[in-house]
Amino acid sequence: MTATADAPAAGVLGQRAPRTLWGDVYRRFIRHKLAVTGLVIQVLLILGILVGPIIYPEDAEYIDILRADARPSLEFPMGTDDLGRDTLARNMEGGRISLAVGVVAMAVAIILGTLVGLLSGYFRSLDNPLMRFTDMMLALPSLPLLMVIIMLFRDKMRNLLGPELGIFVLVVYVIGALGWMPTARIVRGTVLSIKEKEFIEAAVSIGVRQHMILWRHVLPNILSPIIVSATLGVASAILIESALSFLGLGFPPDVPTWGRLLFENKDFITYNPALIIFPGLFISLTILSINFMGDGLRDALDPRLRL
Amino acid sequence: MSRYLARRLLTAVPTLLAISMVIFAVLDLAPGDPTGALPETIRPEVRQMIREAMGLDKPMHIKYLLWLRQFFWNEPIGLLEGALGIEIGDSESRLRITSWGSRGTPVFDLIAQRVPQTLWVVGLAYLISVLIAVPVGVISAVRQYSVFDQLGTLFSLIGYSVPTFFTGLLLIIVFSVNLNWLPSIYDTNLEVRDWRSLVAQLRQMAMPVAVLAFFQTAALVRFTRSSMLDNLTQDYVRTVKAKGFRERYVVIRHILRNSLIPVITLVALGVPTIFSGAIITEQIFRVNGLGALLISSIQVNDIPMIQTVTFIFAVLIVIFNLIADIIYGVLDPRIRYA
Amino acid sequence: MSDMKKLTRATLRMPVVVLLLATMVALLAACAAPAETDTAAPVEPEVKELTILYWQAASLPGPFLSGGTKDQDAGAVTLEPLASVDPDGVLVPRLAAAIPTIENGGVSEDGLTITWTLQEGLLWSDGTSMTADDAVFTWEYCTHPETGCASVDTYDGVVSVEAPDDTTVVVTFDKFTPYPYTAFVTAQSPIISRAQFGECVGAAAQACSEQNLAPLGTGAYRLTDFKVNDVATYERNPHYRGEPAYFDRVIFKGGGDAASAARAVLETGEADYAWNLQVEPQILAEMEAKGQGEIIVAFDSLVERLLVNQTNPDEGLGDDRSEYLDGTNPHPFLVGTPVAQAMSMAIDRSVIAENLYGFAGQPVCNVIPGPKHYVSTANDGCLVQDIDGANALLDEAGIVDTDGDGIREYNGMPLSVRYQTSTNSVRQKTQAVIKQWWAEIGIETELLNHDASVFFGGDPNSPDTYQKFYTDIQMYTTGPSIDPQIHLSQWQCQYIPERANSWAGGNIFRGCDPEYDELFQLLVETPVGPERERLVKTLNDMNVQSGMQIPLVYRGRVAARTNSLQGVWINGWDTELWNVGDWAREE
Repeated sequence: MTATADAPAAGVLGQRAPRTLWGDVYRRFIRHKLAVTGLVIQVLLILGILVGPIIYPEDAEYIDILRADARPSLEFPMGTDDLGRDTLARNMEGGRISLAVGVVAMAVAIILGTLVGLLSGYFRSLDNPLMRFTDMMLALPSLPLLMVIIMLFRDKMRNLLGPELGIFVLVVYVIGALGWMPTARIVRGTVLSIKEKEFIEAAVSIGVRQHMILWRHVLPNILSPIIVSATLGVASAILIESALSFLGLGFPPDVPTWGRLLFENKDFITYNPALIIFPGLFISLTILSINFMGDGLRDALDPRLRL
Repeated sequence: MSRYLARRLLTAVPTLLAISMVIFAVLDLAPGDPTGALPETIRPEVRQMIREAMGLDKPMHIKYLLWLRQFFWNEPIGLLEGALGIEIGDSESRLRITSWGSRGTPVFDLIAQRVPQTLWVVGLAYLISVLIAVPVGVISAVRQYSVFDQLGTLFSLIGYSVPTFFTGLLLIIVFSVNLNWLPSIYDTNLEVRDWRSLVAQLRQMAMPVAVLAFFQTAALVRFTRSSMLDNLTQDYVRTVKAKGFRERYVVIRHILRNSLIPVITLVALGVPTIFSGAIITEQIFRVNGLGALLISSIQVNDIPMIQTVTFIFAVLIVIFNLIADIIYGVLDPRIRYA
Repeated sequence: MSDMKKLTRATLRMPVVVLLLATMVALLAACAAPAETDTAAPVEPEVKELTILYWQAASLPGPFLSGGTKDQDAGAVTLEPLASVDPDGVLVPRLAAAIPTIENGGVSEDGLTITWTLQEGLLWSDGTSMTADDAVFTWEYCTHPETGCASVDTYDGVVSVEAPDDTTVVVTFDKFTPYPYTAFVTAQSPIISRAQFGECVGAAAQACSEQNLAPLGTGAYRLTDFKVNDVATYERNPHYRGEPAYFDRVIFKGGGDAASAARAVLETGEADYAWNLQVEPQILAEMEAKGQGEIIVAFDSLVERLLVNQTNPDEGLGDDRSEYLDGTNPHPFLVGTPVAQAMSMAIDRSVIAENLYGFAGQPVCNVIPGPKHYVSTANDGCLVQDIDGANALLDEAGIVDTDGDGIREYNGMPLSVRYQTSTNSVRQKTQAVIKQWWAEIGIETELLNHDASVFFGGDPNSPDTYQKFYTDIQMYTTGPSIDPQIHLSQWQCQYIPERANSWAGGNIFRGCDPEYDELFQLLVETPVGPERERLVKTLNDMNVQSGMQIPLVYRGRVAARTNSLQGVWINGWDTELWNVGDWAREE
């Protein structure tokens, strides 16, 4: 039955040239009010952290004790911290790192997780070894594991890619490497059920090659759990990054990120609330907007809603 | 199915052995050692002496084999002796696994001391979040883009993007400092004996449970909702509806059942983590759960303790993933295992 | 809403969920059950209870096997030494009848023996009698090499401890000992019972978990329950020699973080005393303003300092990185140049002390900041920041920016330093501030921080330990005990850590000055008095002026007590709980 829902989609592609799959997705996405709202918020955030520093050229790391603990005012729109560093500038700089880390690390985790989940769900012979490996990764205590990774790779990456890029690549891969397992298990579970459906059987029986079945028929049907994983993955990557810097693995201690601003200033919650309200707000806004876009994308991609 | 089960259980043994070896290797490789937690004024020679007394200088394979024997031989026999009240062999010289951080204290005694609090707080929070998340996810999907759905999305995503150290602090400031309703320190000496102590127990559990449940509900709600949405538009739903069944019946009987696979996966992943505790929440409210135990042993590189707790965690992961696989078969009979 | 209720009920019907719920409920019930059958005494509402909060939980009650301050303090509620040191640095007898001195004949003229006399009729908390033999045993226990006793350095130089009779303890040293009050003095060196720990000496110490978790004491309270890394519970000791203690019960609760511990005393009133409040000063002040309690501070001798690597930490040197190699591997620009001096001049110590340490810090220019009679005044010029002076100093020395990048060069090498410390929010802020000041004098800084367990852990495989010191500058706190000799001894040439000695040795900055070593030998032979004070000051000045260490902040101990708690006298030289037996609640 599902096969019939899938078939016209392929048929449409062939018959009506002006309507392409991605064109459809785009039109549907644009009609999705929340998705567009999410997109707008996201674009604003990105503009804010990229263009913001040009309009508001304050050094995020400049310390001036004399202006410490300022509350939000015209001079300092978000106030200053206990060393007199400008909170708005710090949030803008922090956003660059947090967003980049969040999105890239999430991508690493999702790609890894999806790959492992697809392979072990679809190919019976790979299932046991891959899932036992996943079990092991889930069981390993992350803190000692991180310390081993730091010890083995930090200096090498620093020499290879320079201090900044080296740390970025390392952080992103570490978060990805520690975060792919739930996605893998969820994808595998869904694949197990999808691959027994009739349309897969049909595809197999007409001789479609394995990788095409995986790519064209299985993957589109498991997109929604992947999209949810990705949304939640951005949030956890942003927060995990701040935890890493406490182990000496993350960015140098004077470089702000949203997660770190939130954690470092948590005790200022009653004394100078602006210090934590803003990073917290930006993280939440990022997650919400990505989630809305994810919802829109999911609806737009749903093969059964296309006609 | 039973042959599959037998095979899975048999392969579990070498898998777990391999896992235990990898864990041990990682712990041994990791930098830092128990003397790192000593005051900065203690001299290097003294630190070296303490290291030797703990047996830190022995080669890794010796330490690993010792742990294996203690875990799989000495500890079970000790347990048997305790249960039956008899003495098997030379029980005096049979070494138990002992902690390095709290030198000489048997690891299993410490774990046993902490399991109750962990289940009370972390377990209950998990239970609550499952109980909330599944219905919320279902309703959100059925009434997609309704006010209920939007609010559910908002709350669950805020719950996920605001870390527990923040919500915990906020609750303490509101309920302990300003309103003075709830205690911010978990009293582990409290024994539930009567009505009054039960109330005290519930009061001190309220905030940590709320913080954890708020955080954990998010992922479950999102997955339940998306999975339900995938199934709502399936042809069989139209068929069943066309047959005239009421919507509620259709939702629960057909769609929910087919949507539960990602949810079951997530729950199966989550149950073992109850055992590993909730590190940050336990720390904020001073709950002496397993999470606090694990993190404090990691901080002082208490390898016997970390190894044992992590290994038990690994066993639970393997077991619950197996349970999830069996449930997949129940939910969707088409899933067969060779 | 009713929709949801029905759905919940419906969901419950799902077999899977029911299965899961049943497991959880069963587990919960199983755990609740033993608690219900427990027959401990019911909680009386009028119990006088003292709650002490330590945000690091104690792992054992006592200093010997676990050395942390939290463990030592958990022990100090019940374990006692022969004498304590009070907050003014004066010795106070505890189990001893009096403090032995040369005048009263307790300390021999040749400085080789000290004879302590115990009070009459001392009892352990189980009612058995406590004798001088227990002191002998404690020495045997702690100095046995396989015990791995963290307090072993309090017995440095002790060759024997003897008990000629039940109340006399004679401690004999290997050589003239100017300050003999180390063994059995302060909470770091309390006395334990031979009857209880007799079987636990050496390697067996690890197997004595029952004894380790419930040591007998002689103090005003005795231990009734110890939950590892969580809470210790004490009750009034019925066999105490003095006035019975005020409180019926003492709760020593651990865990959490410093800010929430402060909040529990100063805002919610759930605890009476909170220890080691390393919290941003503004936040503490805001809490104190609520009026429920007060912040108390004591200073001893801890100095947060920068160590300046005297050897070359260049990564390219491989195994010779930060190795002394008999002086053939000096740092390329920090040795023999005024750079370290300029770095020190550029720092505004009062900003760090006031804004980052607040209650807990004073600016300092010496590595020996206390007791007062040992403190030099020769370096006080550093208290005023002098960026212009620092710039001028470097310009004069010809260390200038030759390529216009804002960073000075010395012999073509840019003054670029790596600066490491442990992870701790105050330390990271200190790093950030100092980095900015150094930038103003043309020195570029790269900041690094490592988890404390790695940094102080001494793992030979890790490059990030403070002993290996693979950076140019590092920062941490250390300081002498009330007599500075042991601390000063660490900076002799022979204690330079290197690969050959597995990085053991306390001369972490790897500086060697034969003149210092000679002067130190003089100190060892000089009795307590003005001459000794002069020597200590000179040694301090030599170290600071050579630029091997840059002192930053004199660190105090900060605690909070609730207003009704009386008798607290916070102590920097001994445990903060040294007089816990005298604490009472104002009625």
